Amino acid sequence: MEYIIIIISAILVNNIVLNQFLGVCPFLGVSKKIETAVGMTGAVTFVMVLATIVTFLIQHYILIPLEITYLQTISFILVIAALVQLVEIILKKVSPSLYQALGVFLPLITTNCAILGVAILVIQKEFNLMEGVVYAISNAIGFGLALIIFAGLREHTDLQNVPKGLKGVPIALITAGILAMAFMGFSGIV
Amino acid sequence: MNQWKNFTKGFLKENPVFVLLLGMCPTLGTTGTAINGLGMGLATTFVLIMSNLVVSLIKNLIPDKVRIPAFIVVIATFVTIVEMVMQAYIPSLYESLGLFIPLIVVNCIVLGRAEAFASKNKVLSSVIDGAGIGLGFAFALTILGSVRELLGSGKIFNFTVYPENYGMLVFILAPGAFIALGYIIALINRLNKKNA
Repeated sequence: MEYIIIIISAILVNNIVLNQFLGVCPFLGVSKKIETAVGMTGAVTFVMVLATIVTFLIQHYILIPLEITYLQTISFILVIAALVQLVEIILKKVSPSLYQALGVFLPLITTNCAILGVAILVIQKEFNLMEGVVYAISNAIGFGLALIIFAGLREHTDLQNVPKGLKGVPIALITAGILAMAFMGFSGIV
Repeated sequence: MNQWKNFTKGFLKENPVFVLLLGMCPTLGTTGTAINGLGMGLATTFVLIMSNLVVSLIKNLIPDKVRIPAFIVVIATFVTIVEMVMQAYIPSLYESLGLFIPLIVVNCIVLGRAEAFASKNKVLSSVIDGAGIGLGFAFALTILGSVRELLGSGKIFNFTVYPENYGMLVFILAPGAFIALGYIIALINRLNKKNA
């Protein structure tokens, strides 16, 4: 039951992009086409789950026993950067086709604040490892859901006759605002 | 004169938020009120100035291949300092900015300036560049924060302008952030085009 609450609240109620404003850069950057949006979602899911597990272990088995929790930010970001590199190297060897699909997006992920954000949130909310993994997966799904819906909307608005000043990013932001309003309808479910 | 231009470019011509569209997460996430926006902007400015300073000092010492991880360590150090200072002296602001303070590390503006400017320029101009871009970021966040606070609750910096009952609550909530920023960018695009 607890897992279901975590899942629903992370995907719909507190959507990571539209409600918590994490990962807005890729949300605006790679949402011009549905295919790239799907590729980005795959890469984010993969890295987010791995990063959450690794940072969780670091927090509980290194930082807390040694009483150096103030090094959280610096150690997490280094681990995530190294992890992304590692994933890239392994994928290249093991599964070239997956690497082809995700390749372009992997380097971008280091600076995706959603990854570091979720890793820190898992620590702040005092989840155990299993809850943390569920939370990371649901947040990745929530990110993908918002990104793919938004990419679909943007493919339409690109063809419309938009006032000159609003073309491009402004209309995209306003669309995102209306989408966020739609997601607000879910508040109060859990 | 040249340094003055280097300083002022961050405000309008190369404003990181309104023109370059960088650092969107803290821009949207911390501008529920003007004070939060200003606080976030100043914290980022401090990190930008210090990391630009250190990066330009050590630029000849680090091998090219490991420069990005080295820059990230420098940035993360200053973010940790900001985090601890804010927690100790302004706990209320620390509470309301919350997660977004450690996330200054992944703010693309900071790493972007280290890589694109500080690693190639002298110490003084790097510091001025950091101050200019940082204050431009703070300026943008304060404007967006003021607009949202005014429309949402009828206040600016906690000064009541009109009664709260007439405010549109949506501007303080998440959707209002996207919509307000969209219209501000549209306005700035139009102004920049007229000048050109």
